[in-house]
Amino acid sequence: MFAYCADPKSLEGLEWLSCYLTSGAHRLFYLSFGTVILLLLITAPVALLFGFGGAMASRSRFAPLRWFGRIYTSMVRGVPDIIFFLFVPIALDQAFEWLRAKVYCDPSVPIRQGNEFLVCPAAKLPLSTAPEWIHQAYGITLAVIAFSVVFGAFAANVLYGAMNAVPRAQLETAEAYGMSPRQVNRRILIPQMWTYALPGLSNLWMILIKATPLLFVLGVEDIVYWARELGSSKTNAYAYPHPDWRLYYFLGILVFYLLMTWGSERVFARIRRRLSSGQATAAGEAMRKAPA
Amino acid sequence: MKKLILAATAIALTSGAAMAAPVRIATEGAYPPYNLVNDQTGQVDGFEVELGNELCKRAQLECTWVKNDWDSIIPNLVSSNYDAIMAGMSITEERKKAVSFTQAYYPPNPSAYAAPTADTNVEAGVVAAQTNTIQAAHVAESGATLLEFATPDEAVGAVRNGEAEAVFADKDFLVPIVEQSGGAMVWVEGKDDIPLGDGIGMAVRQSDTELKDKFDAAIKSMKDDGTLNTLSKKWFGEDALQF
Repeated sequence: MFAYCADPKSLEGLEWLSCYLTSGAHRLFYLSFGTVILLLLITAPVALLFGFGGAMASRSRFAPLRWFGRIYTSMVRGVPDIIFFLFVPIALDQAFEWLRAKVYCDPSVPIRQGNEFLVCPAAKLPLSTAPEWIHQAYGITLAVIAFSVVFGAFAANVLYGAMNAVPRAQLETAEAYGMSPRQVNRRILIPQMWTYALPGLSNLWMILIKATPLLFVLGVEDIVYWARELGSSKTNAYAYPHPDWRLYYFLGILVFYLLMTWGSERVFARIRRRLSSGQATAAGEAMRKAPA
Repeated sequence: MKKLILAATAIALTSGAAMAAPVRIATEGAYPPYNLVNDQTGQVDGFEVELGNELCKRAQLECTWVKNDWDSIIPNLVSSNYDAIMAGMSITEERKKAVSFTQAYYPPNPSAYAAPTADTNVEAGVVAAQTNTIQAAHVAESGATLLEFATPDEAVGAVRNGEAEAVFADKDFLVPIVEQSGGAMVWVEGKDDIPLGDGIGMAVRQSDTELKDKFDAAIKSMKDDGTLNTLSKKWFGEDALQF
């Protein structure tokens, strides 16, 4: 980074620290914060979509769809997250490779050989020829799917409850105006349910933020990986030897998560105000009376 | 249209033949000087990385490095996430049941106990070691209470903060830690030279005999011309074990 960083062993004090904090490994550490935020930004809408699908399926008048929605929400919510995070990426990866092997490989070669799971090079996912970033992106994609399935189930339950909380009188009025069930859903039910769903969804968002260190369990090099790697004591084999500093690195991560959740709280408070205004709920009523 | 299809087939055929898939080698990146994450570049480095690159050159293979946790390093090899392991892994009968090993690229190296005092009784009390290592197996049999950690550094940390009375690990890994601890860590008397394992080798899938032969030949050629010994000295110091 800086010119004087060429020989780190000769540096002291602030100069040493400035070089240390801008070393290549540290830059990867800073980038990994981006990985976590990226994961949140992709997972939240995808999980919401899953949740929306699950909630709509649970309310469906078509029985098999309703069963599917109910089974999805109750099954996923009933399994510990970490089991799901360990299971889904491995299962998905092997399922994808198995399907590709059926298409691309010689069928006479068995995929399971003893304890080995072996597909021909053409069926590998990602291909061995792919650059390293594709391998990492693939790992993150599997993680996003696992997160979305889990949080989608919780979101489905929240949205299902919110849909049931919309006053029946509102829907009845819409029906009296001659709207079809689809129109009632789109024009009355969905716009009004958000105010009931928001407390549950904001809770989920907080839990999602706090669940991101599970990326580390999935082998993605996230902030926890780098904090542990950089914080562990370094001997003279390294350019910047230092004793065990994991405490400080984990403290930094703690502050990062606190800032993230604190910021989210503020955003949610604003959204809550907007959604409550004009609603026939206690919060809406309080807002109506406030200026008077 | 016909031309297009022809061209596409030609590209598909030749690209398959010309570009053999690179060999993906997994390492832990937390076991200096065998393998480590270089703090200046953030990339993997160490004895095994330099050796692996040279072996690939000699075997005319293109190689890429993958970082993987020690605990899942063998399961991920057999499920084909990568093709080989170079992670300071000792050749043992137990592991040979799951994977096959090339010939050793580092001779059988002693393990050692390090503790705050030289007279620590390592046959009783709490001893820290990295999980799934030959050292952990040895401690479990010795009568001491085994405390396992995911990384070797955490095992050393456990001794520093008093959680364990001693740590048991490869001597080559402990040497710089003991020397640079300023007396806080010393060798346990009479327990600093315990031979374990059959040397350190590269692990490949049992079905991958072709890759094993290629690396065996490359390791042999580096042993014959002495470059392997020079490389060992570079990373382990003048006292490095030699072939």
